Parts: sequence; C-alpha cells; structure tokens
Amino acid sequence: MGAVSILVAKAMKQDSGTYVLQMRGMCKEFPGVKALDEARLMIRPGTVHALVGENGAGKSTLMKCLFGIYRADSGEILLDGKAVSFENPRQALDSGVSMVHQELNQVLERSVTDNIWLGRFPMKGLMVDERKMLEDTQSILSDLSIRLNPKKKIGALSVAERQMVEIARAVSCNAKIIVLDEPSSSLTQTEVEHLFRIIKKLKNDGVAVVYISHKMEEILLISDEVTVMRDGKWIASERAANLTKDTIISLMVGRDLTHLFPPKVNVPSDDIVMSVRNLTATYQPSILDVSFDLHRGEILGIGGLIGSRRTELVETIFGIRKMKSGEIIVRGKSARISNPKLSIAKGLGLLTEERRATGIFALLNVQFNAIIANISAYCDRLGILRNKLAARDTQWVIQRLSVKTPSQKVQMGNLSGGNQQKVILGRWLLTKPQILLMDEPTRGIDVGAKYEIYQLMIDLAKMGSSIVFVSSEMPELMSVADRILVMSNGRVAGIVKASETKQEEILELAAKYL
Amino acid sequence: MTTDLNSTQARTRKWLPAFLLKNGLYLFLVALLAIIIAINPSFFRMQNFVFIITQASTRIILALGVAGIIVLGCVDLSLGRNVGMSAIVSCSLLQAVSYSHRIYQYLPRLPLVLPILLVMVLCSLFLIAIALIVTKLKVEAFITSLGFALIIYGLESLYVDRVNDSSPIGGLDPVFSRFAQGAIEFQNFRIPYLILYAAIVVGIIWFIWNKTKLGKNMFAIGGNIEAATVSGVNIVLNSVVVFAIAGMLYGFGGALEGARTGSATNLLGEGYELDAIAACVVGGVSLRGGVGSVAGVVTGVLMFQIINYGLVYIGVNPYVQYSVKGLIIVLAITIDSQKYIKRK
Repeated sequence: MGAVSILVAKAMKQDSGTYVLQMRGMCKEFPGVKALDEARLMIRPGTVHALVGENGAGKSTLMKCLFGIYRADSGEILLDGKAVSFENPRQALDSGVSMVHQELNQVLERSVTDNIWLGRFPMKGLMVDERKMLEDTQSILSDLSIRLNPKKKIGALSVAERQMVEIARAVSCNAKIIVLDEPSSSLTQTEVEHLFRIIKKLKNDGVAVVYISHKMEEILLISDEVTVMRDGKWIASERAANLTKDTIISLMVGRDLTHLFPPKVNVPSDDIVMSVRNLTATYQPSILDVSFDLHRGEILGIGGLIGSRRTELVETIFGIRKMKSGEIIVRGKSARISNPKLSIAKGLGLLTEERRATGIFALLNVQFNAIIANISAYCDRLGILRNKLAARDTQWVIQRLSVKTPSQKVQMGNLSGGNQQKVILGRWLLTKPQILLMDEPTRGIDVGAKYEIYQLMIDLAKMGSSIVFVSSEMPELMSVADRILVMSNGRVAGIVKASETKQEEILELAAKYL
Repeated sequence: MTTDLNSTQARTRKWLPAFLLKNGLYLFLVALLAIIIAINPSFFRMQNFVFIITQASTRIILALGVAGIIVLGCVDLSLGRNVGMSAIVSCSLLQAVSYSHRIYQYLPRLPLVLPILLVMVLCSLFLIAIALIVTKLKVEAFITSLGFALIIYGLESLYVDRVNDSSPIGGLDPVFSRFAQGAIEFQNFRIPYLILYAAIVVGIIWFIWNKTKLGKNMFAIGGNIEAATVSGVNIVLNSVVVFAIAGMLYGFGGALEGARTGSATNLLGEGYELDAIAACVVGGVSLRGGVGSVAGVVTGVLMFQIINYGLVYIGVNPYVQYSVKGLIIVLAITIDSQKYIKRK
C-alpha cells in the first residue's frame, strides 16, 4: 500500500492527479459466487492501463459493470469526477467510454462505414447523411493510419482489420476511455505492432486505454500502469516500469510460481504410433504435403504463425476436413479416416480450439459434457444409459483434473474457461485415446489451470499415450513438447527437438514459405 | 512454383461453381423462359409483359412488406390472411350505393381514402402485435405469425358469415373498382394504375431501405442483433416500425386485390405469404436476415409471374405449375444456403 500511495503522489505531480475513471468498492454477487469483492480500478487520462488476472478473477465482470451490462451490488463509478451509472453500453459510449470486445460484434454484411456509425447515423433531414459519414470515416481511418476502403464489407476483412474498425469506431465517439479486451489474441506480430502504434497515438491524444491481456510481454511493453485482480478483489496497481513478468504472475496467482511448467518426465519410445504421409487437404488453401511420425509417449508440438494451417492439420487428421491425397497410418495400419466417429474408434481424440463454438454444450450439465464422446460405453445392450457408470466416470474426471464445480449437474456454461477446458479434456480421456490431438489447449485459460493441463499432458505421455498439440505460445512449445513441428503456409517447415532449438530458429522456420 | 500452379488450378476449378452459385437461379429461369418462348413464340409480346407486370403489381407491394421483415431476420406467415381480411373489410365498406344486397344499407357513400386507411391501420395493428411478441417476449416469428394467420382467418370468416351470410362480397362502388382496374391512356398506350401504385411503393420502400436510419438499422438488426444492441439500436422500436410498414402494405395490397377481383371471400389471399416469401428468396433476400435489396424483390416477383403466366400461356397443366414453383423455391433456398456453408 505504501508503494501505491507514493506512486499516486508521484502521479499527482505528473498530471495533477486527475483520474478520468475511478471505480471503487465494486461488489457483485452471483448465486454462489462473489464475482467482485471491493474491486477497484483507477485510470489516468493519456495512459495505457493493463488489467490482468487469471480467468475468473473478475476482469470482465468489472468491465460489464462499467458498461451497464451488469448492475453492481455496491460501489461507485466516477467519470471525470462525476458519479455515473450506465444502463447499457450505448450510454457509456455516449459518455466517451467504449469497449472493443474480444468476440468482435459487427454486422458482417454491412460496410465499414455503416458499422462505425451504427446506432448514431448522422442525419440530413429524413435521410442518413452518407457523404458526411464517409468523409468522417476516411478522416478517422487516416488519422489512425489504418488503410482500409470504408465501403468494404466487414465480412471481407481480416480479424485484425475488423479490430481496427472497432477502434476507429471508439475514436469516432470521441472516446475518453477505450477498453481493449484481449486485442492481440488472434493477431500476427506485424498486426500487433500496428495495434501498438495506434494505441500510442490514442495515448498521445489523451485517451486512456484499458488493456486486458494474458500476454505478459505485451503488457510490459505497452502499458504505463498495471492493475492486478484475483478472486474478484483488487490486488495491486503498479507502474509497469516497476514490474516484471514474474512479479505480475505471482500477484495474479497469489503465490510465487517459480515453475510455469511441470518437469518433463515422459520418455518417448522408438515405436511409431502414427505416421502421416504427404497429407494434402481438398479445399485449398489448406495443408499441403504434410508428413511426420508420432512416437509412443511423445508430445509433439505444432508451431507456426496464425494462418499457417495448424488447425487444418489436426482437423484433417481427425477427419473433420476432407483430405485429397496422402495417408495416415495408425499403429502400422493405413487408416481411412473420413469422419470423427472413425477416428475415435481408431483411438484418436481432438480437443478443439474454439472451446465455446465447438467444444462445450453450454446449456447442458457437466456430466453430459464429460461423457458425450464416450456415450456408447454407458449404454447397456438395449441402448439404455446406465447413469451410475456415467456418474462414476464424471466424478473421476472432476477429481483427476481437479475441476472446480459444485456438482455434476451444473450447467457447463457456468464454469470458468479453465474448468470447461478440463472437463473437455476429461471427455477425451474417458475414450482412452492413444493419440490425443489438442488445438491450443491452454488458450484463454489462467496460469494455474495451464500448469495443471501441462502436468496432465506429460502424465498421459508418460503412461504411453501420444499427444499432438497446436500452440501459439512459444514457451509452451519449448517446455512441454518433445519435438516441435513448425508449419509455414500449409507446409512443414521443419521438425526440431525442443531441447535443442531456440525461439529464433522456430520463428525463422515459421516464415520459411511465406 | 508448385504453389502458383496449384492456386491457378484451384481458381479455374472454382470459377464454374462460384458462377453457378451466383447465377444458377437466373440461368434456370432464363432457360425456362426460353423453353416457353420456343414452344409459343407469340409469348414474347409487349402486351403480355404489360399484363404480367400488372398482375405482379400487388404481389410486389406485398412482397416488399414481408421482405423488410425477412431482412430483420424474421418471417411473417400472416400476410395472406391480412390481405384477405383487408379485402373483405374494404369491399364491405365500399359497395355501390345502388347495389341491392348492400351490407350496410344506411352507410353513406364513403370516400375511398377512409376504408383503405382503415384496413391499412388494422393490418398494421396485427403486425405490431406480432412484432411486440417476437421482440419483447423473444418468441419465434415463424410460429407467432402462423398463430396470427389463424386468428385473423377466424375473425375475417366470422365477419363474412355475420354480415353477408358467407357469400362473396361484391357490387363494389365503381370508383373503387376503377381505382384498381383503371389505367392512364395515351392514344393506344395504356398504363394500368396498379403499375403506378407498385412503382410508388417501390420508390418509397427503396428510399426507406437505402436512405433512412430505419433502413440501416433494419439491416444491422438482421445482420447481427448483438452488434445492433450494443450500438444502442432500439431493436423493439425499429422492428415494430418495419412490421407496421409491412402491415400497411398488406392492407393496401388487400384492398387492391379486393377491388381488382371485384368480389372478396374469406379465401382471398390464401397462400400469398408463401408466394411472397419465395419471391423474396429468389430475389436474393436471405432468410438468415441482413441481406436483400428492393431491386432483388421486384425481380423475384417478376420472375415468378413470368414463369407462372408463361406456363399457362403454353398450356401446361396447372398442377405441374405448383411443382415448378416448388422446384424454383428449393433451388433458390439451396443456393442461398450454399453461400454460407464453409467447406472443410
């Protein structure tokens, strides 16, 4: 606390101590969960303020209270020193508080211009003033040095471009505060650099940027101050310059996490359990001529840039995508895999990347979610479900993966992201897969849950299963995988031993076929 | 080099399916038209086309009503029954004073505007009720409007039964008949009023869709209701207005249908909703919402009318026409869906 008050005193000298936004004593309770417990967030104008915390720490709840999506049970929100209480995001926007959501909320079939001005079209009598709208859009885009045709349909843009449009939209509202929710999670390095240039420009114009992210390197690079949350509570606010990655992480998890990764105790054998030969997908652009071997007890990491077709690779192996040519040999036998049912029968499992879209059944309970891939194992000869067995296996999943859930009958959607991921992982473990394909298994889940998932992967490999996992996080690839296959533009750029490679080599390989 | 080669191959291979996807329906319709003309070349005459457009006029008005609702991402099955009700009510109020079986014996002769406005308001009220149930209570528009179709059918049948003993309502005021059947004539050239009404409605709806806030909001709601909500678009209000406009068009179209046919029964308008929705889909209005154009809707209706009339013209059994129409609908909706399928 002492450090913080000194910090405040220093800041007062800097910019007369005015906060553009103050949130204090924010409490919000959901049935059974205290989502916010005296949370606080103090933002100065013209700064980038990182908001960090594990998933479930209360960051998004805090933001939802700010934007009037939730109503806080108690606490005060001051905007420019005046108490505010927004009923909905639109009111917040009108007061200069805007948010760029992680899942971009845009009308794909309409133009950039229409999306930017949606909800507040400039009018000329009865008509929408198209010319003014276009001119204003152009001037905002050029101000932010975003090169885009304002008449282009949003659906035709890349994720990065769509994000830029959202930022432009915030700027068009003369936003004083722009909240960016994990903006870099699906951007390439160049795109992130562009994003950072835009953020700096906004900052120079006096805009306060709240930057929510899990990426410590970026946080330290871009932000002026960092607020850490844990279990709905405010933990610390510090100048970024005084922080290191390790201190942030230890504040986040509340303990010193000296080891981010569990020790590698699995030993890959020489047996080849799966061999992929010259695999090419039907609908290009996709994977081209991919070959590799997977050994028993091995963890093979798949690295590469966004768009290097890593997801396509695992999905083609699993039979979700059509393959044009090539061969997949599982345990010595050529496997004609044309649909997921067959691949499950061959002992494969796939943990998909988009947990919400293709992984969970949010409205159904934990038990259903845990047993669905293995459902025939719980049916008797008449095809009737044996509930006891299903309940026992679900209990095993909950215990083995330490899933935090009040019961098996809780709706899946009510669990945190990390716990959902554990249930899905458990779902595949119940099918006793020999080969587990995992697509970004730790995306968007917190540090603690990540560690547990790494531990589980290594345990599985130690017991003789083989794992192929796609990851965008370099440290994860280097520390969990035995070998790393680097994809570049749909092709295999190289396969390297994790213990003998360096980040630089992987980056170089990733750019090989660009 | 191999990459280049592959992508060129892919492009040439993709060209045809993409073209078919975009224009397949029109190709099919043009082929059908060619067959009709080949069988009976006299079909290709100006007179026929004026006739077809005249016939299509009320349908264009009705289709533009439901098209707005489809763009919102909803659908409306009460169109036909609204048309029927509107025809019955307007005809019952606009019978000739001299007609011996006049329903309202002591009713003075009304100016056209009053009954027509009345039915427009009446239909709007039903549509507003549907819109409120759909947007406020989050009920599927499909089933809500289906329910309303039955409610309206019950009421209009009851009305005909009570006031006119279930017999068709005819003996219309000549001014009313002329309103729908008349034409502007220059020497030997004749433009039916119906075409003018349709043109005016097309103009108004085009303006609303393309130039007003309501138009943009309606496409945004259909395209991504979440995005519209967080942008502060009033979903309920905008939807209610779009539905109300549809109601007004149904009311107007219904009065025209009554006056055009000269007698109204409770069966008038039956199945019109499916024709209108089909025409919208053929014209490129996506049932997923958020996509569509006025020009497309007009094209869709005209296509249907040309094919219908053409098949009659060459003497195809009317039952076969149903199947052809059905085929066109399935083709249209299949093509629409294919555009949104992601190939894996």
